[in-house]
Amino acid sequence: MLSLNQVFKVFNEGTMDEKIALNHLTLSLKQGDFVTVIGSNGAGKSTVMNTIAGKLIPDLGKVVIDGKEVTALSEYRRARFVGRVFQDPMAGTAPTMTIEENLAIAYNRISPRTLRLGVTKKRRDFFKEQLETLHLGLENRLNAKVGLLSGGERQALSLLMATFTEPKILLLDEHTAALDPSRAELITNLTREIVEKHQLTTLMVTHNMQQALDLGNRLIMMDKGQIIFEANEKEKAKLSIEQLLSEFQRIRGEKLSSDRAILG
Amino acid sequence: MFTAIFGSVESGIIYAIMALGVYLSFRILDFPDLTVDGSFVTGAAVSAILIVSGVNPYLATLASLVAGFLAGCITGILHTKGKINALLSGILMMIALYSINLRIMGKSNVPLLQESTVITSLTDFWQKLGIDQGISNLFSSIGLSNYIPKTWAILLFMVIVTFVIKFVIDRFLKTEIGLALRATGDNKNMIHSFSANTDNYTILGLGLSNALVAFSGGLIAQYNGFSDIGMGIGMIIIGLASVIIGEAIFGTKTIARTTLAVIGGAIIYRIVVSIALRIRFLETGDVKLITAVIVILALVLPKVLDARKEKKRKKIRLKEREEIRTSRVGREHNA
Repeated sequence: MLSLNQVFKVFNEGTMDEKIALNHLTLSLKQGDFVTVIGSNGAGKSTVMNTIAGKLIPDLGKVVIDGKEVTALSEYRRARFVGRVFQDPMAGTAPTMTIEENLAIAYNRISPRTLRLGVTKKRRDFFKEQLETLHLGLENRLNAKVGLLSGGERQALSLLMATFTEPKILLLDEHTAALDPSRAELITNLTREIVEKHQLTTLMVTHNMQQALDLGNRLIMMDKGQIIFEANEKEKAKLSIEQLLSEFQRIRGEKLSSDRAILG
Repeated sequence: MFTAIFGSVESGIIYAIMALGVYLSFRILDFPDLTVDGSFVTGAAVSAILIVSGVNPYLATLASLVAGFLAGCITGILHTKGKINALLSGILMMIALYSINLRIMGKSNVPLLQESTVITSLTDFWQKLGIDQGISNLFSSIGLSNYIPKTWAILLFMVIVTFVIKFVIDRFLKTEIGLALRATGDNKNMIHSFSANTDNYTILGLGLSNALVAFSGGLIAQYNGFSDIGMGIGMIIIGLASVIIGEAIFGTKTIARTTLAVIGGAIIYRIVVSIALRIRFLETGDVKLITAVIVILALVLPKVLDARKEKKRKKIRLKEREEIRTSRVGREHNA
């Protein structure tokens, strides 16, 4: 469904601040895979997301979604089949527009926009039905401006907007990190429900190790633009946070010592 | 006095179309578009020159609309494709249009006094109906014969045109394209991630905005009986004044409410200016200064009032806290 082949991206090339964000990264997801991505700051997690979404065009390598090469396709064209939820609850919705208008915008992701009304009676019923699945009572506040919602409500709405048109790929970019623990749990549960319901192929970046273990069927750990550790469904089920941390330290330590060996 | 106010209502409702255009760029797109100063004159110039060369005045006014649309699109292209700062791309287009407008008109002023315009054709048609006669008889019979305007035709026609435009805008902003346009001004990243090309929406929005501005310019030229190269100076500020005044007085709860507010704001602005000009000390040349002062007041006053209210509230809160504290201390003392 999704494959990144030898993707390479460098920032500030040729300057003091040169940084290789993705170092010949190769990753492939089958239909219905739910992969959680962990790694320290600057490991290249966000760059991966931005490369898949089309915000960044890689210097080398190929991005293929559903058998179609999209490496150089612009973000808004790719958005037809890539849904995304950002860390900032404010980022995924238009604050001065109503809930139903926001949903109408998301609904138009897959079809060209015309001069027909964005919110029709039929669509409103559909939106209501969809909002009910969030169990937040938003279906009774269709005409409330989204700016008035709480962060958790906005993030739940963003999640719904990103998924209800069943995108081929769903990108979750630390989408619970900016919420308080109870709201974060709510969004985590909703994510599980929604991904399962639509069988979405999902890539989720998170800083929360427990979340990375709880959700999804695969786990990858990134460092310095590469995948340094990967666990499949069976291995993941047995993993604990302690193992994950020690694994991380072991691999990093090895790398450091080998670097030292070269330099020394 | 009454005739002066009537006159300002009449012209205010024509300027309201321009203000609606400014509303589209400033509020909906969140784009401070200074093209307006130029495109307003472009509209006037196109209408005037076509009417002088014998084109049907209604067609000429529609041509103004198209010319304004093109001007706005170019500003949009400068900003999105040329990556020029929003303010600067508007200013560049405004300057460019100054020369273009001179070219269109061939000279700096085109009089329309002897020509058949939308305004004259309306008043002629109206005269035949004899409604003014009836209304003036009514006014005379209650002893107000000195206060009656020459004709109601222009006002009635302009109210209809302006409100048709208002309803079209209201409806348009609820269509799929309209929603995407609003989201472009509200949260560009978000609408981008929902497969909308924000560049195109910005260009479209600026085109529509300037189309309305130029349409208004074409009508104003016919209303005043001339088109002049300098008639657009400060137009953006007048438009902004109308939007801000209207929003402050009539509210912004829904789109329909806001567009109505903008029309109201444009009329109130005209009335305020015409009253201000009756002060003996002020001259016609001071209009721009008055406008600037109105906009400054409209921008600053709400903030000052809010700050004062907040201060008062704080004082009350502090006082309450103090009272609670003293009563507690008093009780402890008694105990």
